[in-house]
Amino acid sequence: MLDRILATLDESEKAAIDEEELAVLKAVADELLSVPQESLQLLPALQMIQTKHGYLPRLALRMVAEHLAVTIGNVYGIATFYNQFRFNPPGRNPIKVCLGTACHVKGGEIILENFERRLGIKENETSEDREYSLERVACIGCCALAPAVVVGEKVEAYVTPSKVEGIITEIEVRKEMAAREQEKNED
Amino acid sequence: MSAEMVTITVDDKEITAPAGSYLLPVCLENDIYIPNLCYVEGMEKPPASCRLCLVEIEGVKGPQVSCRSEIFAGMVVKTNSEEILKLRQIAFRLLVSTNDGSCRTCISNRSCELQQIAKFLKQPLKTKRLRHIDRDYPELIDDHPYLVYEPKKCLLCGRCVHVCSTIEKGYKLSFAKRGMDTIVSFFGSELDPASVDCQDCFACTEVCPVGSLSSKEKWKAFIAGLDKK
Repeated sequence: MLDRILATLDESEKAAIDEEELAVLKAVADELLSVPQESLQLLPALQMIQTKHGYLPRLALRMVAEHLAVTIGNVYGIATFYNQFRFNPPGRNPIKVCLGTACHVKGGEIILENFERRLGIKENETSEDREYSLERVACIGCCALAPAVVVGEKVEAYVTPSKVEGIITEIEVRKEMAAREQEKNED
Repeated sequence: MSAEMVTITVDDKEITAPAGSYLLPVCLENDIYIPNLCYVEGMEKPPASCRLCLVEIEGVKGPQVSCRSEIFAGMVVKTNSEEILKLRQIAFRLLVSTNDGSCRTCISNRSCELQQIAKFLKQPLKTKRLRHIDRDYPELIDDHPYLVYEPKKCLLCGRCVHVCSTIEKGYKLSFAKRGMDTIVSFFGSELDPASVDCQDCFACTEVCPVGSLSSKEKWKAFIAGLDKK
C-alpha cells in the first residue's frame, strides 16, 4: 500500500520525506494490517499511530483512508478536530507553553511568541533538525509559578523573555558538551 | 406520495401539503419566503444550524425551526411576527459578525443569498452591534485542481459538504478543525490530482449561498475582469 501511495507523489514531495519519516510510514503500514477494515476503526487507528509514533505523518493519513475505505476528507476532518493529534514529529526537546488561566493572565502568550520567534517555528510545529517542537497546553497545575513552561520533563517557572533565551542556550550548551564528549571518547 | 394531504395555515394563507413533511420547503414552494442558509432541497435531516428559518407554530411552545418542523393537520404558522423577525435578526448578526463582507470585490455580488437575506431582514451586512471577529484564515485556498475557496466569506452552512456527500464519486469536501478555526476543506494537496473527478460537477459551488466556493476557471475570469476596472 505504501509503495502505491508513494508512486502517486511527484519528485519534490518524495524528497520532502526523510528517512525517519519513511521508517515510521513503513511501521504504520504493518501496524494497519491488524486493524479491521471498517470505518468504525478510524479513531482507534489514528490513536494507535499517534501513541506509537508521537505524530500522524501526512501519508499515514492517506494509508488509513485507503485501509478503512473512507475518504481522505473524513480522516482529516476527524484528525484536525481533536487536539490530541499532532501532525509534526515531536522534537527531541518538546517545549510546552502553559496557557491556562493563570499563565495567560501572567503573559504566557508573550512567552509563546518569544519561543516562536527564537526557534523560527509556529506553535504545533517542529524545527527542521527535529531538535525542538513547540505547543501550547492548557493547565499544567503550576499556577503559582506562572507563567510556566515545560521543557522535556522539566518545569520552568516565572518565565520571562530573557529566560526563554536562557532555556534555549542551556539546551544548546548541553548538546554541544555531549557532542564534544562523544568526540573525546571516539579519539 | 402516500402521505395524507392536510390543510395548514401559514400567515393566513391556506396550503395543502403532505402530513409529516417539513414545513420550510412547503412554504418556499407556496411563495412564502423564509430565509434559510443551511437547508438544501431534498435533505433528509436538515442540520437546522443557521437559525434563520424560525417560525411560530400555534400550540407549540417557543419558536421552531421550520426546516425541521413536521406538518400536521390544522397547523397554524406565523412567519412574520415581530418576535420572529427579532430572533432572525439576532441569528443573522451572529452569522455576519465573523464574515468578511467585502461585497464589491466578491464574485457573488448581487447574486448572493446573504445579501438577499440581509435585505429581507433589514440588516446591514456589517453589524455594529456585535464585535467583529476576524478569523485567522488565508484569503484564498486554491490547492484544489478545479475549485477555489475563500474562507473569510464562508458561513460554514455546510451545504457544500452535504451535496458532496450525496454525490457518489464525491465526498471530498469535509469540515476540518473546530470551533472558531472550523473550515471547509477539500484537502486538494493531499489528493492525487488524477483521482479528483470534480471537473464536471461543481454541485458545491452551485449550493454555496455566498461566493466562498467557486470554480477555478470562473474565479480567474472574474478576477481578471476586476483588474481591468
